[in-house]
Amino acid sequence: MSYLVEMENIRKSFGEVVALDGVNFTVGYNEVVGLIGDNGAGKSTLIKILAGVHRPDEGKILIRGEEIRNLSVRKVRESKIEVVYQERALGEQQSIWRNIFMGREITRLGFLQIEEERAQAEKVMREIGFRALGLTPDSIVKTLSGGEKQGVAIGRALHFEVDLIILDEPTIALSISEVAKVLDYVAEIKRKGKSAIFITHNIYHVYPVADRFVILDRGRTVAEFKKEGVSLEDLMGKLSLIARTGKLS
Amino acid sequence: MTKAVRGFKIRKYRLQLSILSILIALWILYTSVSPRTFLSYGIYYSLMSTLPLYAIMSLGLTCVIIAGEIDLSFPDVMAFSGFVFSALFVGTGNIWLAFFCCLICGFAAGAFNGVLVTKARIPSLVATLGTSFFWRGSEVVLSGGWGVILSDAEKTAFRQILVGRLGGIVPGGTVPAQAIWFVLFTIVFWIVLNRTKLGAHMYFAGDNLEGARMMGINVDRVKILIFTIMGGSAAFAGTLANMEVLYYWPTLGSGFLLRTIASVFLGGTAYFGGIGTIFGTFIGSIIIGSLETGIVAIGISGFWVQVAEGVVIIIAVVAQAILRRGRGAT
Repeated sequence: MSYLVEMENIRKSFGEVVALDGVNFTVGYNEVVGLIGDNGAGKSTLIKILAGVHRPDEGKILIRGEEIRNLSVRKVRESKIEVVYQERALGEQQSIWRNIFMGREITRLGFLQIEEERAQAEKVMREIGFRALGLTPDSIVKTLSGGEKQGVAIGRALHFEVDLIILDEPTIALSISEVAKVLDYVAEIKRKGKSAIFITHNIYHVYPVADRFVILDRGRTVAEFKKEGVSLEDLMGKLSLIARTGKLS
Repeated sequence: MTKAVRGFKIRKYRLQLSILSILIALWILYTSVSPRTFLSYGIYYSLMSTLPLYAIMSLGLTCVIIAGEIDLSFPDVMAFSGFVFSALFVGTGNIWLAFFCCLICGFAAGAFNGVLVTKARIPSLVATLGTSFFWRGSEVVLSGGWGVILSDAEKTAFRQILVGRLGGIVPGGTVPAQAIWFVLFTIVFWIVLNRTKLGAHMYFAGDNLEGARMMGINVDRVKILIFTIMGGSAAFAGTLANMEVLYYWPTLGSGFLLRTIASVFLGGTAYFGGIGTIFGTFIGSIIIGSLETGIVAIGISGFWVQVAEGVVIIIAVVAQAILRRGRGAT
């Protein structure tokens, strides 16, 4: 079976602290993987290695079957992988259209093509279903709700035709209705044939949208389940067991 | 233009419109109380001669603050590079060489600030405070506290280009060339800030530094470039000052720090970064430049100038803070 991303035997320490201890992790094509674990499980470290922010001490990373050495933020982007960070990497004082093109501005002879960016931003906003009254590409991001900000970040990733979107705690601190919006955006990612990694410690949020779940605990992969045949209650039970004992049985 | 579009444009540009309204209100006040002064060309000629000396630096400082930093060293870079210009001109007789070296000094001083901030990770307030002492001290040591007479530059084309008096623009009068330079610098800075990638990255660097990094923006390069440009602006302004009076004086730049910073904040640039406009700074510089003259012209004692400046600045920044709170569109 071919995978979009394969991470093999990843080890990473920060001084004396072992963050990852031989983790194997894969993401298939058109698949949503829920990466679950408590604080300190190693989820963020794993994803930052995949995002090119950290280098692993050991292990291999393959993207579309090809091993990538010295993965950097630039190489990750070139590989059509995008991270939607918890902090969303948005300029709160800037407009939606500026944020969509942050770092990827359209220029001609060195000058920004503002009308083109605005028009494309309008299209992105339609595609992610921004229905709130009064929202335009010129709307300032800080005036948006948490879910809408998440929508801008996800819309940005989708617009640039990435194959894998990594969502770092996308529903944290959001209201119920906002969470529902974000889950809609994740469903849209799948509908467009893309893949996503949904990092969370809230199983209720990730369960409706994920195809597979990978559970990390104290830097190790302790369990992996496909959604078929595992109910939400089963999954909750397994997570509780892992939290108490550090293993599945 | 439909009513809705007009309304949107007013909301979009309300910060700029508010500072322009303040300028217009002050001008109406000055003119109504002292029409003889403010309805004659002389006062504007005087402002055009002096205002650009710090206003050009306020444009560069706007970019620095938008990017989330501050520069306190520019008056001292102005002085040091002004000395370099004077010494080289007197020593070699080659005014263009002197100007070129002066600009290099300014750019280098600015770049040094940028490197301290981005690579040594020293907060810009601290870094530029340190370099301000360094450049001022170096200038005093090198000049020995003495001025330099630059009268040999009087008839040069260089001086005409920089600070000559241009006829044919205003009926019956001339326009100091430094005013044209100020307008040109304003246009160039506006283009850079609003129509280039560098400008977009300045806003993001000031708004969300880590976010900008995550999105692949080389924020270190952006900041080093901005500080470098700031240093070059200070060097250019220093040369204007030298050429205007044909004299280099060791206290060049003193007194420019606060009025330059005031121009930037009065113009609507936010101290926390990510917000600001060149138009706002342009108008802010004019307000600051004209305040002292206006206050004295309307009969208030010169002792009250600073109080009045403070009141105007406080009113302007409070108004902008209120407008920013309801900001719905750029």
